[in-house]
Amino acid sequence: MQTTSPSNVGAPAWWYDRTARALALQAALLFAVVAASVFFFSNVQTNMAARGLTLGFGFLDRAAGIPIGESLIPYTPSNSYARALLAGLLNTLRVAVFGCLLVTLLGVFLGVLRLSENPLLSGLVGAYIEIVRNTPVVLQLVFWLVVFQQLPSVREALNPLPGVYLSQRGLKIPVLEWNDAAAYALVGLALGIAAAVWTMRRARAHQMQTGEYRRVWPICLGYLVLLPLAAAQLTGDRLVLSVPELQGFNFAGGAELSPEFAALLTGLVIYTAAFVAEIVRSGIQSVGKGQWEASRALGLSNGRIMRLVILPQALRVIVPPLTSQYLNLTKNSSLAIVIGYQDLFSVSNTSINQTGQAIEVIFIMMTVYLVLSLLTAAGMNVYNTRVALKER
Amino acid sequence: MADLAAPIAAPVAARATFASVATALRVRYFGTPLNAVITLVCLYVLYKMLPPILGWAVFDAHWTGTAAQCREARSGACWAFIDEKFWFAVFGLYPYELRWRPATMLSLFSVMVGLSLFRRLWSKQLIYGWLAASVLMFVLMDGTFFGVEIFGTQVPTRLWGGLTVTVFIAVFGLATGYPVAILLALGRRSHMPVVKWFCVAVIECVRGVPLVTIIFMAAIMLPLFLPAGMTIDRLFRIQFAYTIFSAAYLAEVVRGGLQGLGRGQYEAAESLGLNYAQKMRLIVLPQALKMTIPAQVNTFIGLFKDTTLVVIVGIFDFFTTLRAALGDPNWMGFPNEAYVFAALTYFILCFGMSKYSQRLERDLSPETRR
Repeated sequence: MQTTSPSNVGAPAWWYDRTARALALQAALLFAVVAASVFFFSNVQTNMAARGLTLGFGFLDRAAGIPIGESLIPYTPSNSYARALLAGLLNTLRVAVFGCLLVTLLGVFLGVLRLSENPLLSGLVGAYIEIVRNTPVVLQLVFWLVVFQQLPSVREALNPLPGVYLSQRGLKIPVLEWNDAAAYALVGLALGIAAAVWTMRRARAHQMQTGEYRRVWPICLGYLVLLPLAAAQLTGDRLVLSVPELQGFNFAGGAELSPEFAALLTGLVIYTAAFVAEIVRSGIQSVGKGQWEASRALGLSNGRIMRLVILPQALRVIVPPLTSQYLNLTKNSSLAIVIGYQDLFSVSNTSINQTGQAIEVIFIMMTVYLVLSLLTAAGMNVYNTRVALKER
Repeated sequence: MADLAAPIAAPVAARATFASVATALRVRYFGTPLNAVITLVCLYVLYKMLPPILGWAVFDAHWTGTAAQCREARSGACWAFIDEKFWFAVFGLYPYELRWRPATMLSLFSVMVGLSLFRRLWSKQLIYGWLAASVLMFVLMDGTFFGVEIFGTQVPTRLWGGLTVTVFIAVFGLATGYPVAILLALGRRSHMPVVKWFCVAVIECVRGVPLVTIIFMAAIMLPLFLPAGMTIDRLFRIQFAYTIFSAAYLAEVVRGGLQGLGRGQYEAAESLGLNYAQKMRLIVLPQALKMTIPAQVNTFIGLFKDTTLVVIVGIFDFFTTLRAALGDPNWMGFPNEAYVFAALTYFILCFGMSKYSQRLERDLSPETRR
């Protein structure tokens, strides 16, 4: 590194050169990262050897013996660790997907209510938002678990809606029985959605060309309802709604949501919806008053002003923070362990306790969460570019 | 209801007669049929919710006495339970005769927070004050400083608990995380690819996974990474995880400030002949950090609430200590009281912070500054 030689006295030393300094700094950082990795890796090998373990993913094929109460795939404790982790991941996804859907609905609803001109209503919603946002989510989850556990026993189950029962054992809801008719109905629904989208596009194109507005939503609704029903008729089977019924000490039929799942979902949705409501509120408020006035001057109805003028502009402000709320919800679902719902984190925890393969399991778990986050963020980014301001 | 009427009366304050207020109220609450329905529904909800809640929490509650007396009357909340367990929730298992140390630590913390609320006192001295205070807070809790007994015997961290631990984790997490956050944010905007990608990787990986997994990693995996025979105290490992986590989140806030600063500021600093460090220290960071103070406070609130997640590795913070108090055989069966009390404590702290941040936002935003 000796660059100053007698022949060019006065030439600045290399560390005064910006490029050289940058290179040296980066080389040092790279060296530090590599050195730290090597150091940690060698420590890991000695430590694991001392505990009679070897680094590797071989344990994934061994029988796990972890009982998982509810699983979306057939699972028994004699299945492998890989399958146990998969069942856990699916449980996480179940909470995340339902959570994001419900949180969007509830959050938008509350955000609009928060803007109500009735001070009583906006005050009530505001109180809810402030209380929920300013208490830790762990506390809320534990609270909801206590609430669900304090529900009456099966025999005295609450029956808020016909066919829906709330008891200590969780929530029972009616579901369609899975048979040929249901499968055909699903195909019919897909066709119905396609037909509805096509009709709406046609109407849009028509309006663009002629300026004439066609009311197509009743037709679209018809497609969505009639096509699945018609498809179900094609089969010999019939659509059967399985309604839970009290038989002896438990319910028969219907689908069951465990108290843990119900508590986790309720807690996460209620917590995150408060944040979403604030995002929606500020998004709608960010659209200038002039936009409302101009749309009214054009003679648009309130509903169409919201749908055609305000929301498209508000979405630009709403979507990026909404994405991070979806991510927060997914990540917070790992708190399931506090209330005993077996999600990916909980199953991983048990796996580590049983096998001692902490590094591998944590590696898998973190990678999965990271991939989930990146996928959600990527999906929402695509949507964001669609709603973003098109600058010319 | 009376206080709700106040803001409505304000615009007509000049000649607020009974009639004008009544008209304003009627228009506001019963102006249209829909509005009338909304008002009635809200009143019904309040009527259904408030009396039972107030009855439980205030009118039928037992404020003193024993568990037996509470159970006998079993009508309202048993605040006697909180009365009994309050100091346990604050200090945890910290030795009784040494409780003055965490108490001093909490007072010191409160004084520092109190001072920091005044914008007139914001200065370099305050930052140095915080640094000195956090060292003193540590020495108070531990009792020793590099092995030298200063405040009596050393108290191992497994005996620390309660509100003191919550405050400890939050203060040290933010105090150590903040400088790291600034470095990460600067690194992310650096032109050097290795530095940039290193910072991007750290920030995104930490933000992409749940905090519990990072805490878990620190609790279980970190010991495997250390040379045999070397151990780090469990609380400090969790502290480390929390620091990294808060640094990554704060780094993104700081980056927002760096990006929000006009190019002209950077160019002006360079044209003055300032080098990188001077440019950042004297021109860029003061503005970028000041601009993002409200966002920083919001991040602080989130991070403060997240201290409760240490429950999964069995550290006794405020919430977990209260839960542990539920296990006292003399005081079985008062979970609602414990949870409501914990929620109220967190709410007061977080709501206070968020109100403060809103005021700051108003004071600091250029539109309202005159």
